[in-house]
Amino acid sequence: MTSYETEEDLPDAPIASEPTDSIKTASWRTFRPVIKLEKCTKCNVCWKFCPDVAIEINEEGWPVVLLDYCKGCGICAEECKPLAIEMVKEEG
Amino acid sequence: MVQVVMSGNHASSYAAKLARVQVIAAYPITPQTTIVEKLATFVASGELPAQYIKVESEHSALQACIGAAALGARTFTATSSQGLLLMHELLHWASGARAPIVMGVVNRAVAPPWSLGTDHTDTMSQRDTGWIQFYAESNQEVLDTTLIAYRLAEDPDVRLPVMVAEDAFYLSHTVEPVDVPSQDDVDRFLPPLARAFAVRPGETQRYGSFVGPELYMEFRYQVAKAMKRAAHVRPQVEEEYRRITGRHHGGSLAAYRVDDADAVLITMGTASTTARSVVDTLRARGKKIGLAKLRLFRPFPVDKVCELAATVGRIGVMDRCYTYGAAGPAYTEVVAALFGGLHRPIVRNFIAGLGGRDVTPEAIEEMYESLLKDRGPEVEWVGLKRRKGVTTHG
Amino acid sequence: MARLTIPAEELMRPGHSACPGCGATLVMRYLLKGLGPNTIVTVPACCWTVIGTSFPTTALSVPMIDCAFEATGASVSGLRAAADALGLTDVTIVGFAGDGGTADIGLQALSGMLERRTDAIYLMYDNEAYMNTGNQRSGSTPLGAWTTTTPVDAESRGKLESKKDMMAIVAAHRPAYAATVNIAFPEDFVRKVEKAKRITGSRFFHALAPCPPGWRYSAEKTIALGRLATDVNVFPLYEVVDGRYRITRKLGRVKSVAEYLKAQGRFSHLTENEIAAIQSEVDAKWKRLLELEALG
Repeated sequence: MTSYETEEDLPDAPIASEPTDSIKTASWRTFRPVIKLEKCTKCNVCWKFCPDVAIEINEEGWPVVLLDYCKGCGICAEECKPLAIEMVKEEG
Repeated sequence: MVQVVMSGNHASSYAAKLARVQVIAAYPITPQTTIVEKLATFVASGELPAQYIKVESEHSALQACIGAAALGARTFTATSSQGLLLMHELLHWASGARAPIVMGVVNRAVAPPWSLGTDHTDTMSQRDTGWIQFYAESNQEVLDTTLIAYRLAEDPDVRLPVMVAEDAFYLSHTVEPVDVPSQDDVDRFLPPLARAFAVRPGETQRYGSFVGPELYMEFRYQVAKAMKRAAHVRPQVEEEYRRITGRHHGGSLAAYRVDDADAVLITMGTASTTARSVVDTLRARGKKIGLAKLRLFRPFPVDKVCELAATVGRIGVMDRCYTYGAAGPAYTEVVAALFGGLHRPIVRNFIAGLGGRDVTPEAIEEMYESLLKDRGPEVEWVGLKRRKGVTTHG
Repeated sequence: MARLTIPAEELMRPGHSACPGCGATLVMRYLLKGLGPNTIVTVPACCWTVIGTSFPTTALSVPMIDCAFEATGASVSGLRAAADALGLTDVTIVGFAGDGGTADIGLQALSGMLERRTDAIYLMYDNEAYMNTGNQRSGSTPLGAWTTTTPVDAESRGKLESKKDMMAIVAAHRPAYAATVNIAFPEDFVRKVEKAKRITGSRFFHALAPCPPGWRYSAEKTIALGRLATDVNVFPLYEVVDGRYRITRKLGRVKSVAEYLKAQGRFSHLTENEIAAIQSEVDAKWKRLLELEALG
């Protein structure tokens, strides 16, 4: 991400153009979702309901939690019908 | 070029049409309304292929222009008095967002009591908002200055909104002969708005954004620098306008018979016309007086005011409004400009013409008489109706 | 492997500043999935001003234009006019505002935009209070809800007035399309957005956006609570096309509103009588909606 320290670094108008992908919101969470693939039915509900776009579906169709971003809200675990997701306390 | 007898308001409309504005936000308010009505006829006939948004308030009018300017369209709106006050929030937004909007403002007094008369309180109240501000003396000036405003606003070194003020009824509704430049001449002077700074669909851009204390000052400093650059760009733009049309309205502070003057009055708007004729009258009687018409209020022409003070020992500043708890705003800025300079003439403030009160030749003569006296009040309300025996200064 | 039931493309990025479990982010996410990348969103002061993060980052992959609190409808009209003037006829302009910025301070500008038949979409995401400033009541706060300006104490029982019916106000302007959408039903949400995208004229969405800190429930329940809101008829899903009402989700057996109220701390003070009053109101509104649908 470009660094903006002084007035000369700024664009000519108040326009922000860096995507928020550079902001890792991982530190927000207290709990982290753990997906038990043996129970997962690849229904995509966890991907669908994640408010932080922090679950991806990989090439094989399995959901993958993007731990850089997940805030640990627990929606995925709550909505997972086969109960394949468990919210686990973060260490430290 | 064609000469047409028209009102100041229509001069504003013709300028917007010649400027090929693309988006107009229209809301009525006396005495501005005929500006947007004339534009409606241009759009309805097809002469002006602009988008004409009939907004439901002045606040929305300026917001619509800001949105349109964000995408890179050339915009225009017009208002007066209460409408301008309602827009205040968005005036700050327009300059902070570097939107090159041009707005016609018909100077009208603010309520209460309701008044339709001319008065500069409305535009003077906006002097902090980062807009470039011009005050026109004639309908010709309204047309010319509005075209100049677009060039200035859109200059890549400036990119600030511009307002062109004209006095209510004396200009807005009074017809005068106006030389209307040809569309070819205007096209040569004013190229299409470059979309270099516009927001583009498909791109990751947030226009406006929000920021903490760590960078807000720096964003605002950019606006300050742009305003400073505007002071240098404006004379170049007006020179070019003169080359194309033959007309120039005297720059930021247009001097008249000041060279050997003992006393000079600084005026704004239509009072300048009256004052000019008083100068001739009093000069014929041997009084050494002159006039300086303040045409550009923002950025304030500090250098021109200091230049005037180098040769003139007494300066009177006529304000057609008043800052309660202080003094007339033009007076205050003149004094501030002179404070750091080499010359300290006597400077006095004359408050006159509020709410459309006629500024008569007699009233202006009174100002010069007062200015030429050795002693006098610092701030004087001229023509105020008081019981006899009560002094008129405030 | 189940195929995706909503479009895969993400136009909202991770790393934004929303609270964990925020309903308003899913509203934006589903809206943009329905509209695609040729979209410009204008946003007034609201939660999304902050969710979008501070300079130099932005949480959307489409342009976002900040505007003044009162003026979203005007910003939309200005953007549409410019897009038309500049030949950008395919771009979809969207006003995306909260309930405070729509039902209260933004009502005039929305009304103006609708009356002018601006060819654009306006979405009100409804977390039922001024949540960005810490949960003050808005015209859209439901009857009985605790907020910081409608506290619960000896002299005050939460909000005393019913929720402003924005869909009715919008419908009175006869827009081309109006619909309620709920993040708990993303397929319905996206389908309605895709349908609206193909319609010319003013289109309005009322989106429910459950808010964990404001409604006082545990973040993981956002979807469940949203679902419940519709299943108790507090937030029915319906659309209005050319003045004709069509309910898009009807349950055989409707649950009682008490189940919904008791799941949220902002209603925890309600007495059985107050809950009954709310149930009557919900029933009356649902009956009215059925009548409107029957008018055809």
